[in-house]
Amino acid sequence: MTHLKRSLGIGLWFMFLTLPLMVVRVNTVSSEVEWRWANLVWAGLCAFAIAWLWQFSIERRAAKRAQVAADAHPQKRKPTLAQRLADDPVLNRRVLLGVGLLAMAFPWLVSSGQNFYHVNVMVSALIFVVLGLGLNITVGLAGLLDLGYIAFFAVGAYTYALLSKNFDLGFWTCLPLGGVMGMLFGIVLGFPILRLRGDYLAIVTLGFASITKIVLENWDTVFGGAAGIANIPRPDLFGIELDGRQKAIYTYYIVLALVALTIVVTNRLKNSRVGRAWMALREDEIASVAMGVDMAQTKLSAYALGAFWAGLVGVVFAAHNSFINPDSFTFMDSAMILAMVVLGGMGSILGVIIASLALKLMPEYLRAFAEYRMLVFGAVMVLMMIFRPQGLINDMRRKYEYDTADKEDTDGGK
Amino acid sequence: MAASNERKKLLEVSGLTMDFGGLRAIDNVGLDIFEGEIVALIGPNGAGKTTFFNCVTGIYEPTQGDVKIHPPGGATRRINGMKPNRITALGMARTFQNIRLFPAMTVLENVMIGRHCRTHTGIVRAILGGAATAREEKESVDKSYQLLKKVGLAEVADEFSRNLSYGAQRRLEIARALATDPFLLLLDEPAAGMNPQETHELDALITRIRDEEKVAILLIEHDMKLVMNISDRIYVMEYGKEIAQGTPQQIKENPKVIEAYLGEEAHA
Repeated sequence: MTHLKRSLGIGLWFMFLTLPLMVVRVNTVSSEVEWRWANLVWAGLCAFAIAWLWQFSIERRAAKRAQVAADAHPQKRKPTLAQRLADDPVLNRRVLLGVGLLAMAFPWLVSSGQNFYHVNVMVSALIFVVLGLGLNITVGLAGLLDLGYIAFFAVGAYTYALLSKNFDLGFWTCLPLGGVMGMLFGIVLGFPILRLRGDYLAIVTLGFASITKIVLENWDTVFGGAAGIANIPRPDLFGIELDGRQKAIYTYYIVLALVALTIVVTNRLKNSRVGRAWMALREDEIASVAMGVDMAQTKLSAYALGAFWAGLVGVVFAAHNSFINPDSFTFMDSAMILAMVVLGGMGSILGVIIASLALKLMPEYLRAFAEYRMLVFGAVMVLMMIFRPQGLINDMRRKYEYDTADKEDTDGGK
Repeated sequence: MAASNERKKLLEVSGLTMDFGGLRAIDNVGLDIFEGEIVALIGPNGAGKTTFFNCVTGIYEPTQGDVKIHPPGGATRRINGMKPNRITALGMARTFQNIRLFPAMTVLENVMIGRHCRTHTGIVRAILGGAATAREEKESVDKSYQLLKKVGLAEVADEFSRNLSYGAQRRLEIARALATDPFLLLLDEPAAGMNPQETHELDALITRIRDEEKVAILLIEHDMKLVMNISDRIYVMEYGKEIAQGTPQQIKENPKVIEAYLGEEAHA
């Protein structure tokens, strides 16, 4: 009942608030005031419905939490799908195989003749999957909030564009070079920020990204200024001539391979000594240092590795678009990649992949609702953070195999 | 003291002074720890005990004085201003007054972080895998699991550490510190917030660690019963100064200590 009352109150309040905007309109031609009362009713009804739904969901969430807290046997709780996937290697392999085959067949299923729009969309999305996974190392695993990640992406893209324009180097030579350049920039930027944490770190990285963009925009003798660099060659396949569709599909497979590589590498690192040190640093810096983790080395490696993927995939981006300018590397893109990591669930590879695909594909395929798509997009983010602040996939528990047998004297000799 | 002198000295702190701006938190404090000893550092709140710990373990760099370690089978080193991770690698491990675990990591992983400074897998080897890496990983898992068994946490090895009870979290911190293969363990108020039963178990655990792991222990503690029970020697600090040291019996009878710290409790 209180819900109903409160929602009613909110509805009325919104009717009052939106009155000048939604109801009153001055017709300047005839100098008359129009009163659109129907709009008032709509605003009230919508506010009422949303408020009611809102309170209902909040209550449900609280009930769920209480239930979890009261659970006497947390071990016996029903595992989530993601946890089951991680625990059951057979299921895991089957799902992986299925997804892999689907991904391999995808370009042939959705493209034909001159129509390869979906392939191109997917290439862009996969590029962002790699970016998301790369930032996941820095932000998700090591907990270093980076708001300027796109700068490393730009470094990779410009590396390829400039090298191919000035020195006629091919795509495959530049691909690793782009990654290395990204990594170098990561290390250079990493040094001064070793002592910074949280918000301070975020602001410094933000500044770095702005500097990068401004340099690209204004140093036009080298970087082509705001006009950017055009006619960047697409990836070459042993000098074989490819038509538009084939080129798109070829690029698709390259990014797909990169995605697979990123997944394998991140996964390995995550479950290794290095990854554990990153996570420990994220959880508690002082404690991890006191336990023997070298802070400088660990932070730098997380930073450099994150930047490496951005640089690598920047090369693909430049080759795929065959044109780059500073406008492709705005703060908005950094924020978008960060959103992918946060929405997906910090540190979760599967979560970040899903979130990256969703965030990149949703605006693309929501073009039908062009005017509202950013609105919907924003609303989804707000709702996610309220109802699932830990991200899409979390609560993963890595299980190690250990010998439960007693052992005599495990210490000393070492 | 006389008997201890025959044993090997592990930690030697002399003239340690720590200033924070105009505030002298520690004033010319000296402390020695010998092999196989349990030494307690006591004193009223704000006496500078935790600051002393932080100076010894490298979190702070002391303003003056020397902190020297003599690792068994290693060379003597002065460790003032050395980074905490290097000091841990040299063989001193600590726990924290306010528990500092890694909440979103499992209990086992928490202990495995302790193995970090004893293992060597780098980025490249972690990516490429291989037999040596797998072996090292397995060693770290096994050793960590055995330590969990020792502190009675083996059943919850796969739980997140944030889900543990308070007493269990304290024990996990000890296990994590032990995983670094220390020769000296520094415990900062290990019994804080524990009920009498848990404190009693902790008492037994600390003694067992000293005997089985051959680790000397320096602890800060407010629980007098625990301190008097297990310590071989006690140092007392007040307002940053060392006011007394000796065996539990000597400390109990020291008028300065009674005045400063134990107060009426000791007379009762």
